[in-house]
Amino acid sequence: MTVATKQPSGAASYLSRPPAMAGPAQRKRLIVLLALLPALVIFCAFWLLPFSRLIMMGAEADPSSGISAYLTILTHRQYLISLATTVGLSLAVSLVAVAIAGVAGFFLARQRFFGKSILVAILTFPLAFPGVVVGFLVIMLGGRQGALAQTSLWLFGERWMFAYSLAGLFIGYLYFSIPRVITTVMAACDNLDQSLEEAARSLGANTWQVTKDVIIPGIAPALLSTGAICFATSMGAFGTAFTLGTRLSILPLNIYGEFTNNANFAMAAALSVVLGVITWMALSLARRLAGGNLGASV
Amino acid sequence: MSSSVSITLNQCSRTFAGGTTALQPLDLQVNAGETLVLLGPSGCGKTTTLRIISGLESPDKGGQVLFGERDVTALPIEQRDVGMVFQNYALFPNMSVADNIAYGLKIQRLPRAEIAQRLDEVMRMVDLQGFGDRRIDALSGGQKQRVALARAIAVRPKVLLFVEPLAALDAKLRDRLRIEIGQLLRELGTTAVYVTHDQNEAMALGDRIAVMQAGRIAQLGTPQEIYHQPANAFVADFIGAVNCLDVISTRADGGLAVHGGELRASHLQGVSTVYCRPEDIQVVPLDQADIKGTVVQSIFLGQSQRLMVDTGNASPLQIEAPSRQQWPNGSAIGLALPSHVVFHPDKPTAPVDAKEAANG
Amino acid sequence: MKSRLRFVLQLSFTLLVCLFMIVPVAMSVMAGLTENYFVGLESGLTLRWVDEVWHLYADTIWLSIKLALACLLITTLIGIPAAYGLLRSRRRWANAIEELLLLPVAVPGLATALALLLAYGSYREFRGSWLFILVGHVLFTLPFMVRAVLSVMQTAKLPQLEEAAASLGASFRQRFFGVIIPNCMSGILAGALMVVTLSIGEFNITWMLHTPLTKTLPVGLADSYASMRLEVGSAYTLIFLVMVVPLLVAIQWAGRLTEQRR
Repeated sequence: MTVATKQPSGAASYLSRPPAMAGPAQRKRLIVLLALLPALVIFCAFWLLPFSRLIMMGAEADPSSGISAYLTILTHRQYLISLATTVGLSLAVSLVAVAIAGVAGFFLARQRFFGKSILVAILTFPLAFPGVVVGFLVIMLGGRQGALAQTSLWLFGERWMFAYSLAGLFIGYLYFSIPRVITTVMAACDNLDQSLEEAARSLGANTWQVTKDVIIPGIAPALLSTGAICFATSMGAFGTAFTLGTRLSILPLNIYGEFTNNANFAMAAALSVVLGVITWMALSLARRLAGGNLGASV
Repeated sequence: MSSSVSITLNQCSRTFAGGTTALQPLDLQVNAGETLVLLGPSGCGKTTTLRIISGLESPDKGGQVLFGERDVTALPIEQRDVGMVFQNYALFPNMSVADNIAYGLKIQRLPRAEIAQRLDEVMRMVDLQGFGDRRIDALSGGQKQRVALARAIAVRPKVLLFVEPLAALDAKLRDRLRIEIGQLLRELGTTAVYVTHDQNEAMALGDRIAVMQAGRIAQLGTPQEIYHQPANAFVADFIGAVNCLDVISTRADGGLAVHGGELRASHLQGVSTVYCRPEDIQVVPLDQADIKGTVVQSIFLGQSQRLMVDTGNASPLQIEAPSRQQWPNGSAIGLALPSHVVFHPDKPTAPVDAKEAANG
Repeated sequence: MKSRLRFVLQLSFTLLVCLFMIVPVAMSVMAGLTENYFVGLESGLTLRWVDEVWHLYADTIWLSIKLALACLLITTLIGIPAAYGLLRSRRRWANAIEELLLLPVAVPGLATALALLLAYGSYREFRGSWLFILVGHVLFTLPFMVRAVLSVMQTAKLPQLEEAAASLGASFRQRFFGVIIPNCMSGILAGALMVVTLSIGEFNITWMLHTPLTKTLPVGLADSYASMRLEVGSAYTLIFLVMVVPLLVAIQWAGRLTEQRR
């Protein structure tokens, strides 16, 4: 990289400092350092240090295979299948959530009608429901006494259930993903420059062409970003899976099982690190695309 | 008012991380009570210079900032006793108008009665009586800038600093506030440094102007000197409009042959280009013309009109002509360029020829 | 005509999504208030289950509130200075530090909890106290406080306001408390609401870190879902909703407040 030669206007940015200066700049630097220090100390002591140890622990030998736990994950079918299941499930959830909530979010952002704010509230409030609660809500829908079971009992005389299977997880993950996508899509539509649409209209584009050529490209980064957040959240979602049944083979439940049932710390650590790296990468991608939105794990 | 103080910069340079040099080593003296305008295009170092004076920015090692005899290089801005007016007002939105203006006085822990009295005084000075309890976001842009001005002068600073204070305002308001700031500065007699990229502002407010380019001072002088005796082509071009005429050859009698005619300019021997301002060129009958050309475009400006005249020169000459007369495109036109209006930065200007001046 | 049809189609679709979101919540609320969910509404409405939950789980609710407030206090005390530090740091450094602070959010709570357990689990006193859970909550919520405050600081043109205050002679302390804090109040408020809401609902870290004596509300919820009858779980969920929904409303309100300021 060559050094940028253009200084952004005469207004000198104090974000950049030269190697040596003759004035009160050192004091300013000290203040910045002191301001950041408490947060950094806590972070290093309680996260960075423990997590580094976790990474190292994952390299220790797995008791069943005798080789490093990381290698065991890569070489054993059981772990690979569970990894693939988790990734596949999360991808599917993200795609469906973006599709469903993209349409609804765009509709809500662009239309004005009576009762709209109630719909927006209904669609966004579940944002902060913890995973356990979402799991319970899935049971309300698809459990033994759930809505589906009662309806099917009444109509066909048998109980239909999906709560305790991958389908239950899918529904649960969809449940906590939809509000995330809707808020992001609505914000993106609000930020979209209306004059672009007007320009396209003035050039003779019809509604479909405007959507295809202006709106979707305009909110594409937001869609991708929120999709990545949904993916990461689904990958790491423990509460929902825990409520719906610990026998499903997905990564968070594997980690929990290895740790509590088998006391296989090396494997639990290795799986955690792998899962952490995947969700971190997805969230970094999301931030790069959109910035600002942190996304919280459920 | 506190006695005004001179400002001296010694070898102040500023390099940013990454090696970009915002300011070459600079020596500058602002006399006590004087208003110095730093003028230049964006990125020329004018704001950096002002920030170094204010203490918001430090010069690279070796640079020195003096207020009077006192070395203030190591002092942060809050200890320098300056008043500053920012482009975007920088008013505290959590305080009322009065609280904003009184902020510096409260910091100084002045007695309540004195604060009230000073508040009253400066609000009167900037014509804001009765606005004390207003919220900041209930003010117009011009009012906001008055509050900012009042806030800066309320502390009776030794030095007043302005960073493009009028740039965010519309043209009418800008003119009015410019006049008011000028009056205020004369009234206060405080040393002031004023950063702007607007030459009209610079001309109207500056006792002296420092035209800056690429981190250096291109010329330092009174508005008249800057305008009429620009030190180089950059200054000539940046301040007002200027025509460049290519010299084809120099005659033995001192005349300069240019495209379309000949100039009498014996003081400009040996140059390849000469300059003159559009408003200094006179339109004359063809038989009295120094240069002849064809009008290729006329732009109506209201109080005058600008004619583009093709004389064969590389770029057409711009001429300021009376607005009521009409020159259709393609019409022939005669131009007179008296010797005192033709200049070159490296040569002294010619004295005004009394006879010519009378004729003009 | 065509656009009318499109509107109706989109509206119906959105309504369907709304149904999906609201039906299970409504069912849960109902189940928590009916005498017998098997029988249905005709068995009568009752507060019996809510009362039972209170008897069984009141301490989890108090612990969650205590944790949330302690977490709020700490994240405020270290988060606001951190946001200021980031605002004033060089862009590259600020980005790197923010990225670091975000890691406990980016990595699943399970992993963070595991790391904490393996590193500090052997300190019995600490491991058994509610402070152990507090550490997890602080790590997880801190980035939200920092981000909320930082984004307001950035839009409020704080650096300029601070320069103006400094030019009027204000020392750093005077600037920080007189100009910076008052002008990012909306961000602090938004961050605080977020921190409390997240802390009250946090499960992934807490489940791993809790002991029988340090159960929080979500831990109790998971417990009741697994071992109690449906009505009890529902009533417990209802209590949780009653605690969290006002916070969510407040978050939306605070969000609108910050937007208006821009």
